Amino acid sequence: MRLSACIDGVGLIGPGISDWQQGARILRGETPYVAAATVVPQPERLPSAERRRTGTIVRLALAAGLEATANAAADPAVLPAVFTSSGGDGANCHEICQVLAGSERALSPTRFHNSVHNAASGYWGIATGATPASTALCAYDASFGAGLIEALLLVQVERTVVLLVAYDASYPEPLFAQRPIPDAFGVALVLSPAAGPATLARLSVAMSSAPAERMAQPALEQLRSAIPAARSLPLLARLARLAQRATPGLVIDYLEPQNLALSLEPCR
Amino acid sequence: MQPLALSSFTATSCLGTGLDATLASLRAQRSGLAPCSFETVVLDTHVGEVAGVDEHSFPSALQPYECRNNRLAHLALGQDGFAAAVQGCATRVGNARVGVFLGTSTSGILETELAYRRRDGASGALPADFRYRGAHNTFSLAAFVRAALELTGPAVVISSACSSSAKVFASARRAIEADLIDAAVVGGVDSLCLTTLYGFHSLQLVSRLPCRPFDATRDGISIGEAAAFALLERADASEARITLLGAGESSDAYHMSSPHPQGRGARAAMLQALTSAALAPAEIDYINFHGTGTPSNDESEAHAVAAVLGSGVPGSSTKGATGHTLGAAGALEAVICALALRHGFMPGGVNTTTVDPALEVSYLRENRPQRLTHVMSNSFGFGGSNCSLIFGHRGVGA
Repeated sequence: MRLSACIDGVGLIGPGISDWQQGARILRGETPYVAAATVVPQPERLPSAERRRTGTIVRLALAAGLEATANAAADPAVLPAVFTSSGGDGANCHEICQVLAGSERALSPTRFHNSVHNAASGYWGIATGATPASTALCAYDASFGAGLIEALLLVQVERTVVLLVAYDASYPEPLFAQRPIPDAFGVALVLSPAAGPATLARLSVAMSSAPAERMAQPALEQLRSAIPAARSLPLLARLARLAQRATPGLVIDYLEPQNLALSLEPCR
Repeated sequence: MQPLALSSFTATSCLGTGLDATLASLRAQRSGLAPCSFETVVLDTHVGEVAGVDEHSFPSALQPYECRNNRLAHLALGQDGFAAAVQGCATRVGNARVGVFLGTSTSGILETELAYRRRDGASGALPADFRYRGAHNTFSLAAFVRAALELTGPAVVISSACSSSAKVFASARRAIEADLIDAAVVGGVDSLCLTTLYGFHSLQLVSRLPCRPFDATRDGISIGEAAAFALLERADASEARITLLGAGESSDAYHMSSPHPQGRGARAAMLQALTSAALAPAEIDYINFHGTGTPSNDESEAHAVAAVLGSGVPGSSTKGATGHTLGAAGALEAVICALALRHGFMPGGVNTTTVDPALEVSYLRENRPQRLTHVMSNSFGFGGSNCSLIFGHRGVGA
């Protein structure tokens, strides 16, 4: 059983990575990777009242999603979307737990509505006007793989173009000690059932018991292994080097005991 | 879509542990809501607390997943032969061919809330016995259920607030239709915690009284907790009579915590569910409303239902009986719909005394015995996430 879709656009933000174009140059080895704190842009498409209520992780998801839809020349308002995150808004969660551990327990309504795991999905709808189905997934370290499967199932069964956004950000202490995600990382893919003018490659996916591929560069391998959304890096590296390479297969992390065997074929 | 059979299902809520107790409460139109005495919560409200969760013995092999939410899940898995049915199915099709798709909004966050009271005075560190991965993390529910049932297939948690465990049916259905898996454990588990009790209170969405969905004097929700599960298989692989016939999903794109006033997203979800089931609106015999009991939800939903199904289809919200079980509501109400189909009755909505005349729906306050063929269940959540499901009984009238 294989799932497949065309990749029409990519969005990427991470430590030392500002967008897909720059990230692709790093992944091709044309630009050296320089580690630096992730810079997450303001979500300009949100009304200012809503914008003020968003935290880093929602801004991260929106920025990655908007970059991918722009690169795919796709209208975000008409795309079903799959949001996947290994833990959601850790900073907001910390603030809530602190307030609830105190005597007043006076929770802010904004903190509470931002605490839902689908906050990014909700703000995405407000920012873009997207009314199709949107979901919010979690599979701990397997969250990217789970999101990819969900998105490919939508493409294949519903025959629709789909936006996938995988994103993670750090917890502050004391939760950081239990879940040390070092920085924010977001990746988005626009996936479509048929090749179009923006198509970069055709992706197909199957379950596999083979071990996941690692990144050759230690700094990128550290990102891959430390941030669940960055488990996508081997796929992104292969996509960035598609023109240079003939070997289409690779394996990425999924959920013990299964990994995902991926194959990328150029469409044009 | 290809219909799927609910080969086995179960539910545990404040109405009772397992199907027999749930059915008896529904038949008696009993509400499980009671004044809140949960943990150290000081709020003037009613909650639907499940009895015996903390005392339920938890298998030591699964200790890394120990938390109230997973205790509730384990208590429910042991009812109605559900775990045995899943294991039987896994033996037939292979453990890797059974997926796990579960909904929760807060997973085991209660453990983190409690751990924050026990932080080290000097370093601020959480206590050594605190486990983030197995308790707090949103995925811990699916990881736990997958481990408890010894499954090795795909697994995921959908956490889209109060639509979570309705949407799992739609996702699992796609995975079966694409032949990624042969069967799926779907369901939802959410348990009482301070985040939701104080959070909904901060939004002024909680009633002091047991919630009164669709009542002219409704003034908010009552929070409940529940665990509900179903085993989904291809209809031709099962003799079960209850089937999933259709699913629809949409987004409001309107507001984070208020529904669209005219129920725009709810309409889209219901219409899509009808299309996927290839049914006409007149073929829906009963609708289980999302019906939270907030002024805005019930008004928005009534607009949407009247627009899609007309105002004549009998419907009720069972949240007056169960409370709003949040991420478990979709699955709990799916199981209630399955019981309604199996036993031939529409459950009347309890607590509601005067149906709001402004709401153009045929709201049932009393149980109505009737053989049912198709029923719809609505679930809507924060962030404008909507899901509508249609269940059927095959063999009725045949």
